[in-house]
Amino acid sequence: MIITKEKPLDEILELLEPFSKVLVVGCDGCVQPPRGLREAETYASLIEMASKARGKQIECSAITVSRQCCEEGLPNWVKPDGFDAMLSMACGIGVQVMNIIFPEIPTFPAQNTVFMGAEEKREGRMYELCRACGDCVLGETGGICPRTRCAKGLMNGPCGGCVGGKCEVTVQIKDWKGEVVEEVQNDCAWYLIFERLRMLGRADLFRKLRDPTDFGIWVPPRRI
Amino acid sequence: MAERKAFSELMKKIEAGEFVYTGELEPHRSIDISDVVSWAKTLKETGRIVAANVTDNPRSDSAISSLVASYLIQKETGLEMIYQLRTADRNRLALISDILGAAALGLKNILALTGDHTKTGTTPSAKPVFDLDGTNLIRLVRSLVDEGKDLWGNEIHGPRPELNVGGAGNPGMEPLEAEVFKLERKAEAGADFFQTQVVFDAEVARRFLRAIEHIGVPTLIGIFPPRTYAQAEFFDKFVPGVSVPREFMEKFAKLKELPKEKRKEKINEFNVDYFVSFIKEIKKEKACAGCHIMAVGYPDVIGPIIEGVEK
Ligand code: SF4
Ligand code: SF4
Repeated sequence: MIITKEKPLDEILELLEPFSKVLVVGCDGCVQPPRGLREAETYASLIEMASKARGKQIECSAITVSRQCCEEGLPNWVKPDGFDAMLSMACGIGVQVMNIIFPEIPTFPAQNTVFMGAEEKREGRMYELCRACGDCVLGETGGICPRTRCAKGLMNGPCGGCVGGKCEVTVQIKDWKGEVVEEVQNDCAWYLIFERLRMLGRADLFRKLRDPTDFGIWVPPRRI
Repeated sequence: MAERKAFSELMKKIEAGEFVYTGELEPHRSIDISDVVSWAKTLKETGRIVAANVTDNPRSDSAISSLVASYLIQKETGLEMIYQLRTADRNRLALISDILGAAALGLKNILALTGDHTKTGTTPSAKPVFDLDGTNLIRLVRSLVDEGKDLWGNEIHGPRPELNVGGAGNPGMEPLEAEVFKLERKAEAGADFFQTQVVFDAEVARRFLRAIEHIGVPTLIGIFPPRTYAQAEFFDKFVPGVSVPREFMEKFAKLKELPKEKRKEKINEFNVDYFVSFIKEIKKEKACAGCHIMAVGYPDVIGPIIEGVEK
């Protein structure tokens, strides 16, 4: 199970400030407490009211999907035409898969992912997207997590090890006998962040000098 | 950003408008540093190298503490050190300790680095730290120097450290635009100077220097005159973001064929010729404050290159 906590409404409004039509996308997957249609609708009306009060109305619609981390299902479940941004109710994994499947418009996080309460057992390859840091920065990093997808977890990357968009660190995939079946050179997360933010016209966010991660909120075992 | 103050000879010379040269020292995994001490003496004898970098676990290969080596070499030779400090192996507490320690030992320059990943070096099973990145390390040094406290508000007792802090740049980075943004961040963090990754192509250096001119941070371009063809090839093929012009490789390939007695002399001549005109070219650029010569253990060329440029 994945636990999330709501981001402060002010932070969400700031992220959505440049947009006027936003689709709020719930998730019926493992995220807890529930972040489905009812919650998405509540967020949609909250944002509409609060943005109106701030003098710039944002129009919102709400839907939900069975799992936002499902690359295969998302194109059938979500139709982003007519919206200029999306707000995800899911965990940091869901937000990033949305950004991967719908690269032309940004998806922002409505939640801070605080931890994964239990592991799912699934077949096939998986890759890490979110480490549940409890202070989600996806809204400022083009929907790509530097804390998880950068091998050094840098907040001001890329480092000197980024060559041709690839990371200096390789990852070995092992089979059940512990033998290496494949060696993968990952994409440099900060290169991806640069490319995505540039595409979205937000190179200014890449330029921003970022504070170090607060590891004090990351000490195990955590409780909420 | 607070006004830059020059504490080190390096920064004083840069501020006086002098074109400066720095060298590089790489202590090993050993308690005997006599080889780097004698190399530092050679650098000092040129009379033109103002300071030398001391590497900190380069390529994530473990080595003697760069803080201790910097102190010992500076004490023994009188040559000013640029203490390299990477965030790969130390958390923010250890970094604060080492910054204060460096100042207490009379070191005047820190080069703030993120460092290669621990997985790439001698000890891939190490816990990678990266508590801060190189940019936030610059910020931390400046905060201790300018405000007498760390980035989390903890004040230091007594006098403030007197240190200048530099950051690294990579002229060969693609896309260059991303590198420029990165160096803008480092300038905002308070970098006093930049030193760059090795460059062989004057055109690459020029393009980079022009792209960062607006940032206003004095920049030393890194060069590495190769002693052998294999060294040049290594840079071309294996060093991230560095490419060697084809013409350079072709000429070097011919020298490699010469009989042994003649080879060394011809290679020296070739390096001196090539890098004298390289430096003369980059020297014309406003952002270029000097040259960082990383010819470790290759004294035959450093003096002649500098003389060639300055005559
Ligand atoms: S910043 Fe990264 S690790 Fe933190 S919640 Fe967001 S996706 Fe997860
Ligand atoms: S190359 Fe990119 S992903 Fe890899 S450690 Fe450096 S910044 Fe992070």
